Amino acid sequence: MHVIACIKQTIDLQQIRIKRDTREAVLEGAPFLFGNMDKNALEEAVRLKEKHGARVTVLSVGAAKLKAGILEALAIGADEACIVMDPACENSDTTSSALTLAEAVRKIGAFDIILVGEGSADNYSGQIPSRLAERLNVPLITYVRELSIESNVVTAVRDMETALEVVRAKTPLVISVTSEINKPRLAPLTQILRASRKPLNAWTLKDLGIDAAKIGSTASAIQVVSNRAPEQERKGVIIEAAADEAVEKLVNALRKEGALP
Amino acid sequence: MSPGVIVFSETDEGIFELLTKGRELSKLYNTQVSALVIGKKDEKELEKFFEYGAEKVVVWPSENVRTFETDAYVHALFEVTKQNGPDILLIRSSRLGKEVAGRVAQRLQAGCVTDAIGLTPKGSELVVDRYALGGNTISSEIIKTNKKVISVMPRTFEAQPAPVTGKIETVDLEKPPERVELVELRKKVGESANIESAETLVCIGKGLANKEDLAMVKELCSLLKAELGCTRGLAADYHWISEDRMVGISGKRCKPRLDVSIGISGQIQHTMGIMSAKIIVAINKDKEAPIFKIADYGVVGDLYQVVPKLIQRIKAQNN
Repeated sequence: MHVIACIKQTIDLQQIRIKRDTREAVLEGAPFLFGNMDKNALEEAVRLKEKHGARVTVLSVGAAKLKAGILEALAIGADEACIVMDPACENSDTTSSALTLAEAVRKIGAFDIILVGEGSADNYSGQIPSRLAERLNVPLITYVRELSIESNVVTAVRDMETALEVVRAKTPLVISVTSEINKPRLAPLTQILRASRKPLNAWTLKDLGIDAAKIGSTASAIQVVSNRAPEQERKGVIIEAAADEAVEKLVNALRKEGALP
Repeated sequence: MSPGVIVFSETDEGIFELLTKGRELSKLYNTQVSALVIGKKDEKELEKFFEYGAEKVVVWPSENVRTFETDAYVHALFEVTKQNGPDILLIRSSRLGKEVAGRVAQRLQAGCVTDAIGLTPKGSELVVDRYALGGNTISSEIIKTNKKVISVMPRTFEAQPAPVTGKIETVDLEKPPERVELVELRKKVGESANIESAETLVCIGKGLANKEDLAMVKELCSLLKAELGCTRGLAADYHWISEDRMVGISGKRCKPRLDVSIGISGQIQHTMGIMSAKIIVAINKDKEAPIFKIADYGVVGDLYQVVPKLIQRIKAQNN
């Protein structure tokens, strides 16, 4: 069984500062991390390895900082890493990222399951699983919180709004996971050194036969007009007082707003 | 004249909401708005979409498309929108809708924005707003492809009746093979909780020390006629509250008139779910907690002191 876990590095969202005048986010200098649900996808792949002896390839698209980060994924248990690093990928939108991932998957070769997080930590657009499955023309099971596999049949529990849906499909397929599926392990210290000895394939877009002009901001199907923190319309009244007095102030304020009878 | 706007949702309410916005866009672009409906429906059921302004209801009266059968939904949307079909697709951003949006967009070779929280025509462009950078910012985006696929957050637009005389168009499509087979549908326990449409919401986080103390929070809920919501930690990690009450990026997005956040630090993963509340009250003992940055009224104090006083105060008032 061959499992590919697709993970994405984004800047650490806790470290974002907002410029007071323009309300734009300051991204320079913020460290890069893999998203939480990306880690869930990787963890599930490693569990399939432990349970069924699957071979795990971790795949990621990004820019220069990826090389150091991917060692963490290898230390967690992936057998091999494939990374696509290209300056054009830095501003790639979901359409381009899905194309790049699909071509990388084709280069990697036959697979049984592609695991991916339900959404990335930064934009959470959730388009990658949809677009990747369509591009590869394989079935897609989204929002999976429980997964089991027997020979080439996957049984999954999907987490929909009002119901849990138990579904079955044949491999090869794409699966997107929710954060409930598992608790991702940390990279064991002993494995971190060994990780650098595992196979690491670094590709450019050219290696995948993709014209760099088709990727990146100019080719993007989306034009970002602005990206700013919302204007603070909250009142920001902070009440610091003994509980009795604080409650009195709060209730009076809420009554004035008509929020309490 | 643009080829038109089409709306899709697996629920009638979703279609009504999107028709309300779709109607406005189609007027502006001098075109028409239609709704796609899948499944066998009688005429009466279809006509209710006319009440919300659908000039055309496109129906695929297939009897064997099951609930959540995404392959069939994607196929139908693609078939009715390809080539000269409608070029603006508004899909309700339920979990199903979000999956469908990305897949249809890929088939149409179209740009797609998911989880839209605003649609604003500016000149000849349609500007779509969505949260970005984990909810820190709002990204305003234009889709450059001719076909535009937009999944819209539930309840972004309020459904408003605007009756028109519409027509029903029946399409006959071949059902694609069912690659993902349904084995079982398990209704969620506590599914009656409809926190997304609650007028008042009380959210509780890991500031709560014991499960037993939920009784206090529930008492406040009943006094305020509020629904109870919680952070991911309390539902998914502690299992103190059922997950259908989880608020935030991996839970529900709520739009109450009043939200009272208790013992919640205010990580963006949670606050995205209450961002649309009209008034946010925060009760937290840590003055530096990020929740205070988005609060209209922040009470700095121990919830175990403040909440009982608040209960007492409201009770006194009710008497």
